[in-house]
Amino acid sequence: MAELLIKNGIVFDPINGVKGEKMDICIKDGKVVESVSSEARVIDASGCIVMPGGVDAHTHVAGGKVNAGRLLRPEDGRKGLEPRTGVCRACSGYSVPNTFATGYRYAKMGYTFLMEPAMPPLKARHMHEELMDTPIVDKAGMPLLDNNWMTLQYAKSGDVEKLAAYIAWMINATKGYGVKIVNPGGTEAWGWRKNCGLEDPVPYFDVTPAEIIKALAEANERLSLPHSIHLHANRLGQPGNYETTLKTYDLVKGTKPSRKRQVMHATHVQFHSYGGTNWGNFESKADEIAKYVDQHEHVTIDLGAVMLGDTTTMTADGPMEYNLYLLTGRKWTNCDVELETGSGITPFLYSGKVAVNTIQWAIGMELALLVKDPWKVVLTTDHPNGGPFITYPILISLLMSRKRREEVMKEVHSVINERALLPTIERELDWYEVAVMTRGTPAKILGLHEHGKGHLGVGADADVAIYEISPEETDAGKIQKALLNAKYTIKGGEVVVKDGEVVAVPEGRTFYVDVRYEDEAVWKEMLSDLEKMFKEYYTVSLANYPVQDDYVPKPYVIKAGAAE
Amino acid sequence: MKLITGRTIEQGQNLENKLSEEYQKVVAVCELSEDDMKAVGVSEGNNVKVKTQFGEVVVVAKKADGNPQGIAFIPMGPWANAVVGGDTGGVGMPQFKGIDAEIERTSENVPSVRELLKSLGV
Amino acid sequence: MPTVTDVVCPLCGCLCDDIRVEVEGNAVKKVRGACAVGRAKILGHGRLKSPLLREGDELKECSYEEAIKRAAEILAAARRPLLYGWSCTVCETHKVGILLAEVLGGVIDNTASVCHGPTVQAVQGVGLPTCTLGEVKNRADLVIFWGANPVEAHGNHMRRYSYLTKGWFRPEGKKDRKLVVVDVRESRTARMADIFIRVEPNKDYLVLAALRAIVNGFADVVPESVGGVPKERLVELAEMMKTAQFGIIFFGMGLTQSRYKHNNIEQAISLVRDLYAFTKFAIMPMRGHYNVTGFNQVCTWQTGFPFAVDLARGYAWYNPGETAANDVLSRKECDAALIVASDPAAHFPAECVKHLAKIPLVVIDPYPSPTTEIADVVIPSAVCGVEAEGTAYRMDKVPLRLRKLVETEFLTDEEILERLLDEVLKIKGLQ
Repeated sequence: MAELLIKNGIVFDPINGVKGEKMDICIKDGKVVESVSSEARVIDASGCIVMPGGVDAHTHVAGGKVNAGRLLRPEDGRKGLEPRTGVCRACSGYSVPNTFATGYRYAKMGYTFLMEPAMPPLKARHMHEELMDTPIVDKAGMPLLDNNWMTLQYAKSGDVEKLAAYIAWMINATKGYGVKIVNPGGTEAWGWRKNCGLEDPVPYFDVTPAEIIKALAEANERLSLPHSIHLHANRLGQPGNYETTLKTYDLVKGTKPSRKRQVMHATHVQFHSYGGTNWGNFESKADEIAKYVDQHEHVTIDLGAVMLGDTTTMTADGPMEYNLYLLTGRKWTNCDVELETGSGITPFLYSGKVAVNTIQWAIGMELALLVKDPWKVVLTTDHPNGGPFITYPILISLLMSRKRREEVMKEVHSVINERALLPTIERELDWYEVAVMTRGTPAKILGLHEHGKGHLGVGADADVAIYEISPEETDAGKIQKALLNAKYTIKGGEVVVKDGEVVAVPEGRTFYVDVRYEDEAVWKEMLSDLEKMFKEYYTVSLANYPVQDDYVPKPYVIKAGAAE
Repeated sequence: MKLITGRTIEQGQNLENKLSEEYQKVVAVCELSEDDMKAVGVSEGNNVKVKTQFGEVVVVAKKADGNPQGIAFIPMGPWANAVVGGDTGGVGMPQFKGIDAEIERTSENVPSVRELLKSLGV
Repeated sequence: MPTVTDVVCPLCGCLCDDIRVEVEGNAVKKVRGACAVGRAKILGHGRLKSPLLREGDELKECSYEEAIKRAAEILAAARRPLLYGWSCTVCETHKVGILLAEVLGGVIDNTASVCHGPTVQAVQGVGLPTCTLGEVKNRADLVIFWGANPVEAHGNHMRRYSYLTKGWFRPEGKKDRKLVVVDVRESRTARMADIFIRVEPNKDYLVLAALRAIVNGFADVVPESVGGVPKERLVELAEMMKTAQFGIIFFGMGLTQSRYKHNNIEQAISLVRDLYAFTKFAIMPMRGHYNVTGFNQVCTWQTGFPFAVDLARGYAWYNPGETAANDVLSRKECDAALIVASDPAAHFPAECVKHLAKIPLVVIDPYPSPTTEIADVVIPSAVCGVEAEGTAYRMDKVPLRLRKLVETEFLTDEEILERLLDEVLKIKGLQ
């Protein structure tokens, strides 16, 4: 197949320790290779930054609630209308783009892998259908496994083996990637319009979120899954929640990781770093969170940074979304999913004129700048909850330029000087750190670096981003521009973006994990419990539940557990 | 009278069978309360003409105990739609229920589906 | 006789998936577990045997190639084609249809515009507090059907999901639940109710508004009778709703098709939002055809908008009231139409059918219908869920895969559309 030679670029490949070296990248048959022949097509990357394709470890782009968000907001759809071209389908949307726009716009930003972080297992098929219609990028999705009645029962009885068996069955049935946890216990309580703090027993099931999290972490490691548990902690968005956050991280301090990685990936931590006791004395506790992350090796975080502007919030944290609706009075959709989970969606405007939003905006960046080790941090906005992914270039430019931050801080609410830390922070991220947070860390925490993602060593997938900017450039505006529309994006060895335009639309692959649980006796018992759930309580039959192969026409399967 | 149109089991069973006599038998009907049938002067099985501002159609009268006085029900289909208007009021949805209608006895025949289509000037 | 189990019924929005079908000699012989309407669908009817082309007053048999070629010519030559229907075929078909509409720059719409389109519009105003059907099965102790008649339109709904069935927190089934039916007449469903409330036609909006006033503590502004309903009955209902552990309102065409349309739904949804201050409540539209929901899902994730999408500008333009099928038909704006898996000649108002009959018309369907009667090109297809596999979305948006039970010589809707798209691209020089 085609050979490519990317010449003279300044390469940032953190996983392989390359920190801004001028070097050539050779590509053949969709992989990075040692060398290529003289027939290779040459791409002149002189004066450009070259990185592996970006990996977004947490972005809501496909599935039931994402689509409910699109349907809810035709006004958002009208913001991003682009007519079809000879290459691309018509596009729509800003915070909830259509699936084609999602693929094209991420590719234009140099991203080549997306992780949809929350699929309700009952609707897994829907997520896969949308992923199939998301062009160019490789992708995966994580099933929600923490409010499921089977999980609650096994966590209560402390039966980690049966829980592991159930997790294995569910990951296989949903063709999912890992264990997603969102407001554990609380979303089940929301089925009765209630919620749970970390130590509150779930109504009827009488197990606490803390117990659920511990049990799932152990089951996850028991199966030796590529990724750790991926956690949206309890009490998201509430003033003072940072204490719950730290207690939550402590829960799995002693859990032994089955692989060389974290034991818990804590997601959109900005929303969990709040001090104060009410909206009036609300303040940033990013320093406490950063300190903890610095001092411990078992947790990684992603930012969930807030970007000023209008966006759409959507999570499986039903109660939290309801409270947001009460705050704003805007439209609100809720969908509880039988025996499993729930979701809430409501639009939200983060305004620099509002004190609380200003502090939120500061916190996302504070986390990135206060945590010393960038290998513990993934850059996200929890798209679209903190802001649309299309704002990543803005976020990056703010993290790289103190000057730019100061310009913006002059325009926002003055509370930033009293109850946030950003004005006191001088640190600016450099290109290496940016490459770590957008390529190195996300690939490693997900275990994808062992499958060709997030790096440009020989054997890696030829997913490359070439940005037309010199590493010496410090102007925030120029950084934004370069990152928004890559000079080249290469996916699997094929040029898909050139000069900021999509030129090819290959289909990406859906990554999922095939995990074997080997204890037959336990497996049988779990299956018998599962069959009862379907027979008596679900409204679909067990035979129709698992996602058929038809929904992963281009699969990439990672084996785990006894299947490895 | 207020006319409503909608689903019935028998109509649903014949969704793929609309050119048949069976379909016509179960869909080309107008359900009326006993009091309304008396007022119109018909018994079950007689033909009635249903008129609205949008058109008129001949169907077979049928007794419906559940209908209060003043409500006529015609199962959804070509006969009902002969008297439903096409304007959607800026919403995209025509008004299929709650239409002002007059019902009278008639000796005219119930048209077949094909005859109905022909009468549209097709 | 071999029995296929866990068959998904391809008729209504219930998408019951525990049907047992006996198949022998490549034909469906017996259907068990389905309601009367579903059973009729799976057993099948007489169907179109061959593609047809109109010559004067008659439809004459022809080959698939001829029919598809002629269809492509009609659509490629049109300035404003309408692509309508979609609700009785699988999502895989929808994807090709939407692409075809994009290539043609036409208007694509599905039966939602005459069904729950108003619901979508209300949702876009206030949102939708809802759940999946299993939440009702396991938690609901108060079930309200408003302007819906499941006994006739969703035969297994109350047995499988909403009333008779036992659930985790409702082990006694119907004994653990109260059933309330609100309608303009005593339908078959109303006869089963613990409480039946009769509303005057077109007065649901007032009744819903009155309930909201009562729920929110403003009973004093409510008159003694609203829409034909005595105030004390509304006070009683409001109290039942506030004190339920988990209440659900299922609503149907009674609210979407009567006067005030989407405004009715907006009131109903707002009522449920108001009830959230007191207890757990949900609201769910009773979707009619088995994959009307699926089309709205696919159209939304592919174009950004759920139905009534006008692609003349090359991107999606969504404006029901302007771009829905009955709008472009009653304004006589479309100059050709493609109808897939639907029967608008039977289900649209006469004046719209008049225009549909005038313009060049292509129909893809397994069965002869009033629409095929007025068509210029008729292309028979395989029956999804019996002869062809594919994805469908239940009324609560749970996606299931329909099974293929027997072999067929008919092309699937998807295959026909793909060939049609190919031909259109050839004609337009876009290959």
